[in-house]
Amino acid sequence: MTTPVLRLTNVSKQFTLHHQGLTLPVLQNVNFEVAAGECVVLDGTSGMGKSTLLKLIYSNYRVSAGSIQYSQAGLVPLELTTASPRELIDVRRHHIGYVSQFLRVIPRISTLDLVAEPLLAELGNYEHAVKQAHDIASGWLTRLRIPERLWGLAPATFSGGEQQRVNIARSMIKPRSLLLLDEPTASLDALNTQTVVTLIQEAIAAGAAAVGIFHDQSVGNQLATRRIDMTNFRSITCAAQ
Amino acid sequence: MPVDKQSPILRATGLNKSYGDRAALIDASFELWPGEVLAIVGESGSGKTTLLNALAARDQPDSGSVEFHLKDGALTDIFKMTEAQRRLLARTDWGFVHQNSADGLRMEVSAGANVGERLMALGERHYGKIRATACDWLARVEIDPARIDDLPRHFSGGMRQRLQIARNLVTQPRLVFMDEPTSGLDVSVQAKLLDLLRQLTQHLGLASVIVTHDLAVARLLAHRMIVMRRGRIVETGLTDQVLDDPQHSYTQLLVSSVLQP
Repeated sequence: MTTPVLRLTNVSKQFTLHHQGLTLPVLQNVNFEVAAGECVVLDGTSGMGKSTLLKLIYSNYRVSAGSIQYSQAGLVPLELTTASPRELIDVRRHHIGYVSQFLRVIPRISTLDLVAEPLLAELGNYEHAVKQAHDIASGWLTRLRIPERLWGLAPATFSGGEQQRVNIARSMIKPRSLLLLDEPTASLDALNTQTVVTLIQEAIAAGAAAVGIFHDQSVGNQLATRRIDMTNFRSITCAAQ
Repeated sequence: MPVDKQSPILRATGLNKSYGDRAALIDASFELWPGEVLAIVGESGSGKTTLLNALAARDQPDSGSVEFHLKDGALTDIFKMTEAQRRLLARTDWGFVHQNSADGLRMEVSAGANVGERLMALGERHYGKIRATACDWLARVEIDPARIDDLPRHFSGGMRQRLQIARNLVTQPRLVFMDEPTSGLDVSVQAKLLDLLRQLTQHLGLASVIVTHDLAVARLLAHRMIVMRRGRIVETGLTDQVLDDPQHSYTQLLVSSVLQP
């Protein structure tokens, strides 16, 4: 039995809103593991904390209690809940990717540069590395059907669907061992949805582990190797209401 | 990368500073690592600039230490150096970008001289080389090199700010301090400057401490964030952690008071 890539132990999350004098319990007793090659799909209705859970794993939100451990062959397991900012920056740069439907547009950066950027952080900013990263980025943009005439433009003026596909290219161009998929296909047309499904399948076949949220049933069915029911993690105080 | 990745480039420990009986800085401690961009945010009077001035040795704290990782590999307390050593550091390994460009530029000499001055301070004497390097840096900050002989006072606010950046980066510093570098500029000019700062910090692997009250600027440029209130650091974390899941009541107020940073 190999060590799982991700292990959550007794994770809970509540939001304390100081100015409203409120505490909102969202998740309690979250326990599960994800191994390489698995795609775990989170099932639950809106408001059950699916996105919150992905954000906790990405360390975008901070846990109220519990442990989230990331492991990779050849590396010392990292406890994400207590990792230093520097360790988190590094683990995000190299190992854990977050794929959402929202692109954060950066003023003045061309689409091609935006997509190539995660690779350049690795390869350095040398001429041959830039060329290589641009070649790979072109491949991704082509597969995701972004017309070549748009590659030199900043995506601020693109349609919602185009921005979403640019974001998928940017988020997935660098192979990572853990992918957190927050509805990456929401509101894409059928053809592009299928392309994204294929891209995710390729990443998983190459050994990545994935945890995902998909409102589109057929996407979830195609990708899931296992499902987790979010009602298991409902906070007791929440359930009592 | 020539930088030692195994040691912080800057370490502040227990910094305190009072002006009269008003405490401006209370027990501030943190580490900055090579290549990291750290934003210090908080409202006016929260101690941001006091902290920045202590870090950059512009104003000595009442207690506490600031250590800098020198090129020879030792973490050294900057307030235990001689004045001459500190001046050399400020001219070579450090940069300081002021909010008001007139504080960071010499307004009575040409743009080229502003950029070349720091090189000359390092012992460069070859006029042609200095001029060529100055031209190169003007182009990198998107100032037409044809304006190399113009005075900064004939430049727009955005150009002056870019000139200040060129003047600071020409000696390839490892650490750059910035005090509200984009405030007072038009939004479009701001975007250009931010893009430039983002690219330069990324490509040169610079460590940087940026004081800003603009959370969107912090989101775009900074890996990490320190939130200050009444002289104290009340929250720290990755920029997206602090902005998306603020823990302290003051940070929650700060984040909820702006339009979608």
